[in-house]
Amino acid sequence: MATGERITAEGRGALVHLPRQPEAEPLHDPRQSDVDEWGRSEHIRQLTRRLYGPLYRSWFRVEWEGLEKIPTEGGALLVANHAGAIPSDAPVIMHGVEEELQRPVYGLADHIFKAMPIVGTMWARAGGVAAHPENAYRLLREQQQLVLVFPEGTKGPGKLYSERYQLRRFGRGGFVEIAMRAGVPVIPIAVMGAEESMPIIYKNATLAKLVGAPYAPLTANMLLLGPLGLVGYFPSKFKLRVLDPVHFDVPPDQERYSRSRIMDEAEDIRVRLQENLYEMLRQRRSVWFG
Amino acid sequence: MGRRVLVTGLGSFWGGRLAQALEKDPDVDVIVGLDTKEPRVELERTEFVRADQSYSILSRIVQATQVDTILHTFLIVDSTRMSGRALHEINVIGTLNLLAAAGAAGSPVRQVVVKSSTLVYGSSWEDPVWFREEMTRTHSAKTRVERSLLEAESYLHDFAEDNPHVVVTLLRFSNVLGTDIVTPTSKALQLPAVPSILGFDPLVQFVEEDDVIRCLEFVMREQVPGIYNVAGDGRLPWSEVAKICGKRTWPLPPVFTNVAAGPLSRLGLELPSELLDLIRYGRGVDNRRLKRAGFQYRYTTAGAVESFARASRLRRAVGESRPEYKYERDVENFFRRSPAVVKNE
Repeated sequence: MATGERITAEGRGALVHLPRQPEAEPLHDPRQSDVDEWGRSEHIRQLTRRLYGPLYRSWFRVEWEGLEKIPTEGGALLVANHAGAIPSDAPVIMHGVEEELQRPVYGLADHIFKAMPIVGTMWARAGGVAAHPENAYRLLREQQQLVLVFPEGTKGPGKLYSERYQLRRFGRGGFVEIAMRAGVPVIPIAVMGAEESMPIIYKNATLAKLVGAPYAPLTANMLLLGPLGLVGYFPSKFKLRVLDPVHFDVPPDQERYSRSRIMDEAEDIRVRLQENLYEMLRQRRSVWFG
Repeated sequence: MGRRVLVTGLGSFWGGRLAQALEKDPDVDVIVGLDTKEPRVELERTEFVRADQSYSILSRIVQATQVDTILHTFLIVDSTRMSGRALHEINVIGTLNLLAAAGAAGSPVRQVVVKSSTLVYGSSWEDPVWFREEMTRTHSAKTRVERSLLEAESYLHDFAEDNPHVVVTLLRFSNVLGTDIVTPTSKALQLPAVPSILGFDPLVQFVEEDDVIRCLEFVMREQVPGIYNVAGDGRLPWSEVAKICGKRTWPLPPVFTNVAAGPLSRLGLELPSELLDLIRYGRGVDNRRLKRAGFQYRYTTAGAVESFARASRLRRAVGESRPEYKYERDVENFFRRSPAVVKNE
């Protein structure tokens, strides 16, 4: 209530013309670590990439299709389907794009990460950012970066194996609104393989409520590997298909965009992703070998 | 004609420092300082008026001195300094009376500058990386100091709406570090091991105390209206702040943190819950609006931490180097008014 904009700079008070100050010398900045404003550390990111490389290449054996549709410069919002109890698709996309195109991807994740000790800090250092519209806008519009978001949110990875590859609701289309405001295209990516890497066979709503998690799953990995199943992914073959970018023909930085337009665009993208997933599944002979 | 300025909280750190800075400004004719207690710094020409903390006599002072500018530096942001009730009295009731006096019929006041804090944005896991001035906090305020600042700000909004002829400037300062100021944060950073929270290493932001004073002078001189965040460039992990100070961190448990921090207060270190939230989730504010208005910072966040670290190293080596200043009304009056005193103009 109190932080509204009723004290304005317009129209009054400007009694004195503000002098244009010359560009000052850069200030002395005695930094000691390489953690940037987003909480990323280049050092830790390199280390993570080195550790994740073998998993990406030899375990999931990731194959891309249409990677050239992701621009090598300028902002773009990548959206994908989301799956697996602890989703493996986010690191696969982030690592893959960075390896292939030599540009970083800022993965947006639920705020709940920031409330978790260690996990939240590591996630931020490795390149994750809390999914706040303001953060996404700043990355896309002002810094012209690639941003990855999963519009299904936690409903995607929280679904049972029996519901695999069936996209959930795309939130309220917030990702479309952000892309419109930032004036960047949305690039959908269909991911095949994440569902089978850590399938959920049972969920307990009471337990989830108790620990304050969005879902409390029992995965096939846990059944087979015990506690190791928390981190042990099955070696499903990953195939990713980049779909044609969606450009919205609207001026950026508007106060508001048509709600129905947003919902329509979001639904179109969802349908297109769903169709592509079904098509990819029709061509797949084996979960493990593609 | 020069400015006639009223400074609230003259006896506080900021009021005293600001009055000292204003005394050097030849464009400021009159400086009147208000407080319940006597100033703790040496002042040449500032007039000290003892007023009760809710400023009930303020409209008479404003009328009598014909001040055109009010610099309201007396908002308490350090909740360890007094009880919640006293804090409410100063922040909310004090501001209310101050603005009532400033907005009274025939009031000569043409600019009001309020020194608030980025505490109004809070600190939570759902925050954006940077808060801009028009954004609101993501969780409602839990602590009394945060609530009182929000209330004081909302009175200022009403005042701005009712008094369009007055230039209203609301400055939200980030946590301050510097050579002299003492806050719970600076105390924490002077411990042999700096408290942190296990598993969390959030990004924090600071502003140097000289930049605070320079900013207050800047908005007064240039008559800049609006709301501005004031904070140094960049954000640092809390562990790096400790490292620049040459300290290690000592983790508190991530659960029952308040309980664990309790015994520390008996050792003289109070960690108010605002600070515990800060070292758990951090906070960032966008400082670009003030820069666009023409203000140039002298320190980045890391620079502010370094300035503090150097000053505290010096203090450790030589102790408090400055002699304690004692305000004595009769002596001050003699120096100011007696024809016997030779003034070096």
